Amino acid sequence: MASDPRRTAPRPGLVLDVDRSTPPILFHHGEGFRLEKLPADRSRIIYPAEPLPGLPDPDESIRQALLNPIEDDPLPSLLTPGMKLTIAFDDLSLPLPSMRKPDIRQRIIEQVLDMAAAAGVDDIHLIAALALHRRMTEDELRHCLGDRVYDAFAPQGAIYNHDAEDPDGMVELGLTRHDEQVTMNARAAESDLLIYVNLNIVSMDGGWKSTATGLSGYSGIRHHHNVATMLESKSFMDRHKSELHHSNWRQGEVIKNHGPRIFQIETTINNNTFGYDGPMSVLQKREWEWNAKDRATFITMKKGLDMMPTTAKRAIFNGWKAPYELTSVQAGDVEAVHDVTLEHCFKQHLVPVEGQTDVLTFGLPYICPYNVNSVMNPILVMCLGLGYFFNMYRGKPLVREGGVLIMSHPTPWEFHPVHHPSYIDFFEQVLSDTTDPLELEAKYEKQFAEDEWYIHLYRNSYAYHGVHPFYMWYWGASALQHLGRVIIVGGDKRAVRRLGFQPASTMQDALEMASDVVGPAPSITHLHNPPILMADVT
Amino acid sequence: MSKLARQIGLPKLPAALSLIRRFRALPFPYRAPSTPRGVRPLRPKARTGADYDTSWSRRTPARMARAAIIEGPMRLAVSGLAAPDRRGADRLAATKGSVIFAANHHSHLDTPLLLTSLPDPWKHKVIVGAAADYFFGTRVTAAMSSLVIGAIPIERTKVGRRSADLAAELIDDGWSLVIFPEGGRSPDGWGQPFRGGAAFLASKTGVPVVPVHLDGTGRILRKGRSIPRPSTTSVTFGRPIVPQDGENATRFAARIEREVAALADEVSSDWYTARKRAHASESPDLTGPESASWRRAWALGDRSRGAKSRKRHWPNL
Repeated sequence: MASDPRRTAPRPGLVLDVDRSTPPILFHHGEGFRLEKLPADRSRIIYPAEPLPGLPDPDESIRQALLNPIEDDPLPSLLTPGMKLTIAFDDLSLPLPSMRKPDIRQRIIEQVLDMAAAAGVDDIHLIAALALHRRMTEDELRHCLGDRVYDAFAPQGAIYNHDAEDPDGMVELGLTRHDEQVTMNARAAESDLLIYVNLNIVSMDGGWKSTATGLSGYSGIRHHHNVATMLESKSFMDRHKSELHHSNWRQGEVIKNHGPRIFQIETTINNNTFGYDGPMSVLQKREWEWNAKDRATFITMKKGLDMMPTTAKRAIFNGWKAPYELTSVQAGDVEAVHDVTLEHCFKQHLVPVEGQTDVLTFGLPYICPYNVNSVMNPILVMCLGLGYFFNMYRGKPLVREGGVLIMSHPTPWEFHPVHHPSYIDFFEQVLSDTTDPLELEAKYEKQFAEDEWYIHLYRNSYAYHGVHPFYMWYWGASALQHLGRVIIVGGDKRAVRRLGFQPASTMQDALEMASDVVGPAPSITHLHNPPILMADVT
Repeated sequence: MSKLARQIGLPKLPAALSLIRRFRALPFPYRAPSTPRGVRPLRPKARTGADYDTSWSRRTPARMARAAIIEGPMRLAVSGLAAPDRRGADRLAATKGSVIFAANHHSHLDTPLLLTSLPDPWKHKVIVGAAADYFFGTRVTAAMSSLVIGAIPIERTKVGRRSADLAAELIDDGWSLVIFPEGGRSPDGWGQPFRGGAAFLASKTGVPVVPVHLDGTGRILRKGRSIPRPSTTSVTFGRPIVPQDGENATRFAARIEREVAALADEVSSDWYTARKRAHASESPDLTGPESASWRRAWALGDRSRGAKSRKRHWPNL
């Protein structure tokens, strides 16, 4: 409905001080939900902004972006008949959850290809820039690219997943001024033009990270996916204060000087994760605004999910496709484009917050970037909580140094054997020895990264690279160093303890346990996420 | 009862029948007057063809009945007969409001196939332009066409504004229109040149035209055949197009035809090859080669493969 004020005049994010009349608050809890009452007068809740309106004519906006790029020539003028053109695109880890068809990548790539067709370009390859992530299946590629593109190029083998372990498929472009190696997919590096199609769901994505990480291999990625870098990134969602990004930008300089010409296309989406109507829409509303229908829907959904086996719940949630809308599209020079992208990203996500808190709480949902159509294993629980959610800040962390983090998730001792084989060994062997990021990096990383079996599975099956669980752990390294204690509510006790955290049965218990660290009556902040928000802490 | 009837013993007429006879015997003005000889009688008001009033078929009861027919027996029949492969609906994702669906036309199956393939916003608020002289020839066929497919009569044998005005008025009211710009089913498996109706309506109402390519329906029920033979079909929706500045209806109609031809190429080759040929104005023509009829039939090649695929048996001696 066009007249719906949520669509025409979305409200900005909100920091709500909890009082006695505040209703119980929604906590995501894996493939389920919890409603928790937070202590009055010392708790606050940060709500995300409502979804910004999508572009009225996304196809026309894309066309205009390609014809009027930022600090670059119009795309049609870069396309010539005999050229070697490569189109790389973000993999299925973005957006989360996957979006409804048509995916933004499909919309953009079709227009790019239409311009290439007009120019008579024949030599075109499309590469899923998945770095060390698992390969995408045909269904997933079709979802991202659409059937038209897939059917036109896949039969000739011109659509494929990036293979960072292909000895003939990677080239070295040189060293950065900090002696970091820069490697790149050979086809992309040897192309006359590399067009990168990005999808920014959070401010971490995009820029030089797209090509410097997405099309790179272990020898290039290890220079920024390590503990020292992550400890220096405060936060890695804030590009200018992120060593992760500084390193990628240095690698970008090398790509710029020694690699292919790059035409970057970046996009942002709103945070319309659960829609304005339908059964999931209640998850996007503020609790005191739930009407009778919302409450009935929520109760039915929760009771139904509580009764279902986990596999059925996963099937339901994995089937959910978010009705995200495109809020901006810009193309041209990598850095100039990314600056505009970040503005749009922050416009949707940033919520101003004053001061830090003693205890930070949040509920973890069923999905993170590395378990699309898969299982959220305990290592991914750690990564999503201490990596992503903890780092959703600009300025300073929401929780004070030495504070307590309370997360809600079932944390099952369960792994997807095809997608996450090295995670199983990491969990069983490495974490049972140490949870210290620096120690496990020094002791085990190389062994996992160079393991022939993991490499075989990465290249030929649908497995994440052997080194990937280490990166998940490094992602949370900064939070581990910063926090005094991490408590998981409602999790598998053995799995939680293996992670080095403390299990709690209820939120009340968790708050009691937290007071051992931060003292009685601590201040509490709840991050009401997803839909995504980023705290601008002053 | 007459005297003869009484003599041969016929039973007495029922009271109701007797009443009708007495009513018919009533004099003018209780009954219609007869026309004097030598006076040309007034022409009776036409109730068929382009003059058929279809407004009843757009009221709620008729729409509900039509939705039930389309979603029930029609969808079932289409799936059984045509096994459609539907593509390109995502190209309409950003389109809102009324549109004109302009499709090529090979068979009576085209309309049910298209009606069961339309994406959600348009599915149940759509009218179909149908030949006034064929579908609205009698009151029974007219009523059936209006009810089942939401047809409105379109003149194809003479120039008249009535059809166009009605279609434009309904489009302005938020209805979408399905139209077959070729004006009739293909006589030989090849397409016919597109007429300007869809383009004219788009120019007049300002709504976009969605080119649609239907493939395979000719194999199932081509013109001249009355028993359908199951085969496979595809429905491909193109990107909505609007008339450009200074583009008249004739040129726009030609562009719609080119878009449908590009969709046909997309089905027979692949999307990227089709786009390259479309940009180079080299999409294979829908109307086929201009040559003798046997050569046109020959050139159809694989397209008529389904029609020939009858199982062959050894003679039973």
